[in-house]
Amino acid sequence: MASKSQQAEHYFVPNPVIYPVIVSLGLLSLASGFIFNVNNYAAGGWMMLVGTILILSMVFKWMGSIIAESEGGLYKKWEDKSFRVGMIVFICSEVAFFAAFFGALFFMRVISIPELASFDPNFTMYKDFVANWPSAGPGGVVLGKEYVPAKFEPMGAWGLPAINTLLLLTSGATVTWAHWGILKNNRRQLVLGLFMTVALGIAFLACQAVEYHHAYTEMGLTLGAGAYGASFFMLTGFHGFHVLLGTIMLIVILLRSMKGHFTAQRHFGFEGVAWYWHFVDVVWLGLFVFVYWL
Amino acid sequence: MSSQATVHHDHHDDHHPTGIMRWLTTTNHKDIGTMYLVFSLIMFLLGGIMILGVRAELFQPGLQLVKPEFFNQLIGVHALIMIFAALMPAATGFANWMLPLQIGAPDMALPRLNNWGFWLLPPAAILLTLPFTLALFGIGDGAIATGWTFYAPLSVQGGIGVDFAIFAVHLLGVSSVLGSINVIVTILNMRAPGMTLMKMPMFAWSWLVTAFLLIATIPVLAGAVTMLLTDRHFGTHFFDAAGGGDPILFQHLFWFFGHPEVYIVLLPVWGFMPQILQTFSRKPMYGYKAQVYSLWAIGILALVVWAHHFFTVGMPVPALLYFMYSTMSISLPLAVLFFCWIATIWKGSLTFETPMLFAIGWIVLFGIGGLTGLVLADVAADAQYHHTYFVVAHFHYTLFAGGIMGIMAGVYYWLPKMTGHMFSERLGKLHFWLTAISFNLTFIPQFFLGLAGMPRRIPDYALQFAEFNMISSCAAFVLGLSQLIFVYNIISCVRGGKKATNKVWEGAEGLEWTLSSPPPYHSFTEQPVVK
Ligand code: HEM
Ligand SMILES: [Cu+2]
Repeated sequence: MASKSQQAEHYFVPNPVIYPVIVSLGLLSLASGFIFNVNNYAAGGWMMLVGTILILSMVFKWMGSIIAESEGGLYKKWEDKSFRVGMIVFICSEVAFFAAFFGALFFMRVISIPELASFDPNFTMYKDFVANWPSAGPGGVVLGKEYVPAKFEPMGAWGLPAINTLLLLTSGATVTWAHWGILKNNRRQLVLGLFMTVALGIAFLACQAVEYHHAYTEMGLTLGAGAYGASFFMLTGFHGFHVLLGTIMLIVILLRSMKGHFTAQRHFGFEGVAWYWHFVDVVWLGLFVFVYWL
Repeated sequence: MSSQATVHHDHHDDHHPTGIMRWLTTTNHKDIGTMYLVFSLIMFLLGGIMILGVRAELFQPGLQLVKPEFFNQLIGVHALIMIFAALMPAATGFANWMLPLQIGAPDMALPRLNNWGFWLLPPAAILLTLPFTLALFGIGDGAIATGWTFYAPLSVQGGIGVDFAIFAVHLLGVSSVLGSINVIVTILNMRAPGMTLMKMPMFAWSWLVTAFLLIATIPVLAGAVTMLLTDRHFGTHFFDAAGGGDPILFQHLFWFFGHPEVYIVLLPVWGFMPQILQTFSRKPMYGYKAQVYSLWAIGILALVVWAHHFFTVGMPVPALLYFMYSTMSISLPLAVLFFCWIATIWKGSLTFETPMLFAIGWIVLFGIGGLTGLVLADVAADAQYHHTYFVVAHFHYTLFAGGIMGIMAGVYYWLPKMTGHMFSERLGKLHFWLTAISFNLTFIPQFFLGLAGMPRRIPDYALQFAEFNMISSCAAFVLGLSQLIFVYNIISCVRGGKKATNKVWEGAEGLEWTLSSPPPYHSFTEQPVVK
């Protein structure tokens, strides 16, 4: 909160920058390219490529200037607080994003599937449909094509997913251990903790890749496998994407730690990424319980 | 221990680019606020032109001017533009301009994100409208034709316009989330020493609630349209019964965002309106605490009433009852607000400059919007009124009168502060009366059309509706043309005019009025102390 001591302080307002505009341009190119692509128009791929290059190069420069400002001592307590509050709010918005997909899962499982099976047999096209979970739905015509419910094996909880739970929970512990390291000014512990966290994150992603491959090639479980397939892949897929982002951010923080960045007092960059990592961890627990287990 | 990076402590005020680069690269809250407001005005005119095409078609029964497909596209894009590209950016523009001034902050807390938040909007507007142009070249069949609500299965089957709209919504959503983060951080971390939360201007409180709602609901909309995208192109079955999904799921997800959205566009207005009322009544606003608590009550209730938008879809009776009563309960805190607004001007020494005219007109017209909402919230009555012109009239009393006319009050109130010049009172008053009268003539007939059963989103109608539609169409054109006075008044005010004093209005209170008009490029480099 605003206090007396800040009165004389000067809040850091960055110089004008061109990066955000170019990122937006990149997004425009990426989005329209994607649309052309999925609608089978030429040139979509190229537009996506240009967009991606624009975005990545600008994000790279943008982050670079933030790191330089941070190491140049331009961020003091006041700015630091802004970043912290901002990061918390951002994570809240991510929670809401996952809530939408959990909501869809619960709705289909608790409301729409039982309902589809409960119509009067004289008036329904789904006479033989029995409500159970997992389900790929009763079948019918979708977008002009006949959809026959996929025969699939549901993903069990106690194989790879349990191992993945262990991996992520451990990584939550190692990143906290790394945090203790920086608080004690013990850089070896910081770097080692981060390194282990990154390794666990990569291991998680590898396991998930194996799991997806198995689902598609041997279990008949695909994105198109009705309510179960859609909610399974969208939830785990978006989560996996967040793990990927988190891992990339952790790698950046690891490299910065090895270069000697951060001090016991000032290390928001580290903490922000650690919070994000814990958030991804918690989402996984929700997934493990509601998507894999129950 | 840190490696000394080569950053100099150069002060940002030393150099900033001029010309177009100033606007592309700016990190200054006033520049960014100005861009938001100008963008909003342009999109307001564009959305207006689209709907005049619709009203022209509806001037007479039968199909005269446009094809039904194109009619549908105009309606949907009009609504998306007005809500996402006119109202929301206007509110964010004011937040950028005024929040730092009102709470005594040097700038918004995260200036680079602030710049990005704005510059996501033009690409989003391009995505929304591009399909119109592409269709001329034989690519796709035009813009989104589902209305602004994207209902499945229509949106699953729709053309390339739906894809463009989905990504436009994504960009707009990112922009809103960035804006909200910035507002929350600014309010929590940048207030002048001594300004406790309960001393904040009402505008800051209302934006805090707005930002909270945005953070809670915009990501859900993003999720919903993402599922729509995968249903369209990647074989999922979220909204298809054949795969165990449900089109009604889409309605739940959409309105979980959609209902809070109507408060998102209004809350900022509820914030600065009491400030305008107190200025021109020359007495402090009534019931500050009651207003703060009501804003939060509405913000929280707004999250739990969404299904009143589809009572007729076939819900279990307990659900109907729950959503009916919870919806009606919102009118309690809303009534508290109305009471406070009226009590603020009660026995004040009133003068009726243009902002005050808009404010008073706003109370009356927005009141009609709220009351007709109560009618719609009645499950039994809504079975008759749902998807008729009654609903259209209802939400225009809330969104046009409550939203746009509120924003106009804000523009007239702060324009002298922002430009340093007074606008023409004569033109301002003319603008108000033309707007207020033609607005009512446009939408009162629509209430009756709705009561008589005319469905919305239809390019043709039965003969008995002809007279009222003719009145409505004529008035709509007057309404549209009157806005040119607004534009002219703003432009001439930016160009010149009588010098505005620092205080501008005799009864104005608050930190923004202690600065010069226009304020210096960097306001409050030294924070003021609030006692
Ligand atoms: C006490 C206040 C209000 C109540 C009880 C209320 C109730 C309702 C109900 C029940 C509907 C659905 C009608 C139908 O489709 O059959 C509706 C529609 C609508 N309301 Fe309100 N409302 C209130 C205030 C507002 C406000 C303040 C706004 C906007 C700023 C607003 C904007 C809308 C919009 C945009 C729609 C139509 C959406 C669409 O179908 O496209 N309402 N309202
Ligand atoms: Cu509503």
